[in-house]
Amino acid sequence: MNVRLYVWQRGTAALMAPLVLVHLAVMFYATRQGLTAADILGRTRGSVAWGLFYAAFVGAAAIHAGIGLRTILAEWTPLGARAVTFVAAGFALLLAALGARAVLAVVLP
Amino acid sequence: MSGSPTIASAARRGPRAYRRNALWVAAMVHRLSGLGLAAFLPFHFLALGLSLQGAAHLDGFLRWTDTPVVKLAEGGLVFLLAVHFLGGLRILLVENFDWRANQARLALSAGGAAAVIAFAFLVRVL
Amino acid sequence: MAQPAAGELSVSIWRGGAEGGFEAYRVPARASQTVLDVVTHVQRHIDPSLSYRFACRVGMCGSCAMTVNGRPRWTCRTHVSKVAEGGRLEIAPLANMPVIKDLAADMRPFFEKWQAAGGAFEPTLTRADPVEPVRPSEPARKVADAGIECINCGVCYAGCDTVRWNDDYLGPAALNRAWTLMNDRRDGAQGPRLAAVAAGGGCHACHSHQSCQEFCPQSLDPTGSIASLKRLATRAYLRGEIKA
Repeated sequence: MNVRLYVWQRGTAALMAPLVLVHLAVMFYATRQGLTAADILGRTRGSVAWGLFYAAFVGAAAIHAGIGLRTILAEWTPLGARAVTFVAAGFALLLAALGARAVLAVVLP
Repeated sequence: MSGSPTIASAARRGPRAYRRNALWVAAMVHRLSGLGLAAFLPFHFLALGLSLQGAAHLDGFLRWTDTPVVKLAEGGLVFLLAVHFLGGLRILLVENFDWRANQARLALSAGGAAAVIAFAFLVRVL
Repeated sequence: MAQPAAGELSVSIWRGGAEGGFEAYRVPARASQTVLDVVTHVQRHIDPSLSYRFACRVGMCGSCAMTVNGRPRWTCRTHVSKVAEGGRLEIAPLANMPVIKDLAADMRPFFEKWQAAGGAFEPTLTRADPVEPVRPSEPARKVADAGIECINCGVCYAGCDTVRWNDDYLGPAALNRAWTLMNDRRDGAQGPRLAAVAAGGGCHACHSHQSCQEFCPQSLDPTGSIASLKRLATRAYLRGEIKA
């Protein structure tokens, strides 16, 4: 990992620290009487704040997981440097795309 | 390792003493929990994406998850998230402040706190 | 292996190259015996073809490090009484390096990485200039002095799993050396060195397992030096002083 990847990985980690706390709190709150779609979507649909929250979360998680996966693949698999970068970047893009879709799905009114 | 094999690859005879140190285990827990979360995330996003086809689709999925086995798995995911979060805070502290004493204790408390959070979640949903 | 007789050590020693194996020897136990004494006994009295490395015997030269009962150690300062398990010793060459023969590991990668991390001092003065005094009380000098006693024995490098997993990783000793030079006001290669340790395989590859710190026979703290390098290089990168 060079300094550029380090800055992105630790930067997204620091950004996600408060987001994860909120996420854990919402999980405990949301499960107070079982999960229902009405409950979840009632909270998120049309909400700019939740939209920004989850968009930032998805973006940071995609970058963070991509770089983490890159390190693990490089250290633990026989893949070459280019293949590792390719797989990790592909996974980050997959997470970003699926995540963006999920955010739109729960936020769009 | 590059090129010629090393003694490590030639003489694998069970775990080496230095691999049992507490912070090595902490780093391994961090790595494996991260891998677990990364593997879960695409499915998490796909499930939420079900509401694109209407709330009923999401509700159908949520009803399917309403079984003890899935709840247990969800508790496991809460543990992964909590242990990765607390372990990550430990790494940020280690790297950015000159605080390397008592790291083993800190790592242990991170794991313990994550277990408590996951247990509390399980008690709540089961 | 049978329980060693009283007054005797049962010693397994790695023989051959990477594809070699352990061979068993019986060595008389003595008071205040070091692991290096045991190896020397085998070579002098049992098998003169045993290859190993040592020079000073007093913990200064850094040439006698080996893997003793699964853990890297300086053998000249390691008492058998401290490490033998039930009168048994297993002695292998240092891990994470190619094996030349028997207990001699090839330390070239270790020293090549030391160079790659900018481990060489770059003078800013010539012999015509007056000698620049070293001021022990200066804060930067104190930081450098804290890491300066490295004897390049390779114990930290052999004990580091990041080294094992990442061919490019420069390793604890090289990065610790780089950190001491970054705090040496007489050195003139700060920029290139910081760029070298901020590249892939540099300080940011460290996972803070702190094994180096645990194993260092000189009780140095390479993990601390590496964490400091991470911060220094990150600041320089964010200010645009180094590229990645």
